[in-house]
Amino acid sequence: MDQFIQLIINGIQIGSVYALIALGYTMVYGVLRLINFAHGDVFMIGAYIGFFTADALKLRQQPSLPAALLALTVPLLASMVGCALLGLIIERLAYRPLRKAPKLTALITAIGVSLFLVNGAQLLFKADPKFFPNVTPQGEAGTLRFGEITISRDLLVLVIVAALLMGILWYIVQRTKIGKAMRAVAHDTDAAALMGINTDAVISFTFGLGAALAGAGGMLFAALTYVKILPLLGLQMGLKAFVAAVVGGIGSIPGAMLGGLLMGLSESFVKGSPRIGLFEPSRWTDAVAFVLLIVVLLVRPAGLLGRSGLEKV
Amino acid sequence: MRLTRSALFQTVAAVALFASLGGVVGCKSETPETAGSPAGGASAGGSAASQDTSGNEIVVGHFASLTGDTATFGNETNDGIKLAIKELNAQGGVLGKTFKLETQDDQSKAEEAKTVVTAFASDAKMVAVLGEVASKRSLAAAPVLDKAGIPMISPSSTNENVTKVGPYIFRVCFIDNFQGLVMARFAAETLKVKKVAILRNQSEDYSVGLANVFAQEFPKLGGQIIADVSYSGNDSDFRSQLGQVKGAEALFVPGYYNDVGTIARQARELGIKAPLLGCDGWDSPDLVKGAGGPGGALEGSFFSNHYSKDDASPRVQNFVKAFKTEYNGKTPSGLAALGYDAMMILADAIRRANSIERAKIKDELSKTRDFKGVTGDITIDSERNASKPAVVLQIKGEEFVYKTTVKPNA
Repeated sequence: MDQFIQLIINGIQIGSVYALIALGYTMVYGVLRLINFAHGDVFMIGAYIGFFTADALKLRQQPSLPAALLALTVPLLASMVGCALLGLIIERLAYRPLRKAPKLTALITAIGVSLFLVNGAQLLFKADPKFFPNVTPQGEAGTLRFGEITISRDLLVLVIVAALLMGILWYIVQRTKIGKAMRAVAHDTDAAALMGINTDAVISFTFGLGAALAGAGGMLFAALTYVKILPLLGLQMGLKAFVAAVVGGIGSIPGAMLGGLLMGLSESFVKGSPRIGLFEPSRWTDAVAFVLLIVVLLVRPAGLLGRSGLEKV
Repeated sequence: MRLTRSALFQTVAAVALFASLGGVVGCKSETPETAGSPAGGASAGGSAASQDTSGNEIVVGHFASLTGDTATFGNETNDGIKLAIKELNAQGGVLGKTFKLETQDDQSKAEEAKTVVTAFASDAKMVAVLGEVASKRSLAAAPVLDKAGIPMISPSSTNENVTKVGPYIFRVCFIDNFQGLVMARFAAETLKVKKVAILRNQSEDYSVGLANVFAQEFPKLGGQIIADVSYSGNDSDFRSQLGQVKGAEALFVPGYYNDVGTIARQARELGIKAPLLGCDGWDSPDLVKGAGGPGGALEGSFFSNHYSKDDASPRVQNFVKAFKTEYNGKTPSGLAALGYDAMMILADAIRRANSIERAKIKDELSKTRDFKGVTGDITIDSERNASKPAVVLQIKGEEFVYKTTVKPNA
């Protein structure tokens, strides 16, 4: 039972990172019907920006968690702003000229942008792994313990910040003027334009917002899970998050969050299952993710929370 | 048009595209191609017969991971080789010719390793090739060179299949069977632990080989494997696997240095205090950095290696001194020492062959007996493997401190 709860906790932790990335896929799909494959790589750039900011500030281990969080705010904001700018630039240079082109053209372009970012990062940052400095208290001091169950304070922070960012996103989309415009563009771009909405500006804003979330995800992931930062980081995470967005229903914001959590939980449970004879579940982590995708697409083609309906012509 | 259908199609197309992309970039060639692979044979077949032995230079190729996931491996090894060549050339080279090193980067990818050695194989001037550290990449390159009839010496690939590729493939390090046994013995006899868990990287031949040997040998010494779990090369979260290893008195993690740090930190966070045990894949200046710096999660853990810089014998101390002078006070890792030894053994074989003909060098390499290397007395056995002792090092701060030596067939 302890192990079961521990796996759920692990799943929520990794799932919240997937959810942050998945939101970017889903928002861009919502307004543009474009799968922005470069999104995972924006996440990777976010991790690098966070790392270089922390490196430049010479961040060192802080005695307490609040002090550590304060210290991490600067790299977090730097990543979010840097990635938002990157998202705007990508949209302006790569996707806007293709707004009227067939969908497939834009999709291939997205893959091109992804390759450009990965190889550009390899060139600029070199391919050897970077490690984010320890800022939060480590080891036993960094964990909460309930009997046999341990929760890392770092990851608790990760989940809370992710939830907070999602809350802000929800507020922007549901309660602000620009959010209303986003929803209008997602519903019907042409009609929105006729109503006087500057659709280009709204699309740019959506890209920037999605990229900022990915940047935050990248920085938090690098800083709080001790992962090695590599140019290929975005590929794996981006693919999983994309699957999460589709499982949850691409275009649906709550769907992306749900999909992210489901992906995290399925991954955690597959990895955490003991070996059965020669069959080793941890080898099948990625396979299970894709089987999940296929099953969901067969049963609910629009995803768990997606709306299936008539596409306007 | 229905949204659902078009969305479904686009999604599936996109996933297919992206997955194939991942295949190219993510480098997962698990099975090495056999010696008869057309890629190596076609370009190399002709050049085998037409080696150009003219000129005053002995060209030695080195394929190495200068960038990429395990970048310190390639750079450390290359530094060792460069030092050896500098010393050899300072003494006038061998047979009146000087050595010229051609190092090519394989970006830590098996496919790139194969591409690089295919170019080496078509170079008529190429006398011999050194490389690689990672077994997977040596396994990808070896068939090409063996087919072309160019001697290849791997400085530090320990997976036993590497030299089984063919008669031209050698190595100057011990193999996993021995290394796995060393750690099993160390755990049972020196640490005196009974319950050990294994965490293996199932996407690396190196890690799987070591884990298998350990799992086989440790129970024979009276121990018990309480869990044997795996991760893959791209994983970043090991907590779910680590959840299964609670209760172990030691954790055997035969991975590469760039994953070990993260694993150790996550293990400590879960309250696992047992020391981690590893092998020569840990040997990197970046190992401790990844574990949160000196005194971090890997403090007090152990790994087997090819040599210890603390060895008092003059050949080790002379090497350490020369290396530090050459590279601004940097301490040579085991990989640097093996790179140095591989180059020196090659020079020795060329001297004895009294020729730079590839086939003759191959014959002399296989006759190497008790070569006084930095990493011990090296004898190449009938399977072209080196038989020699291993050392166990303990991590203290940023230093790897000598703990004990385990001899072969003891």
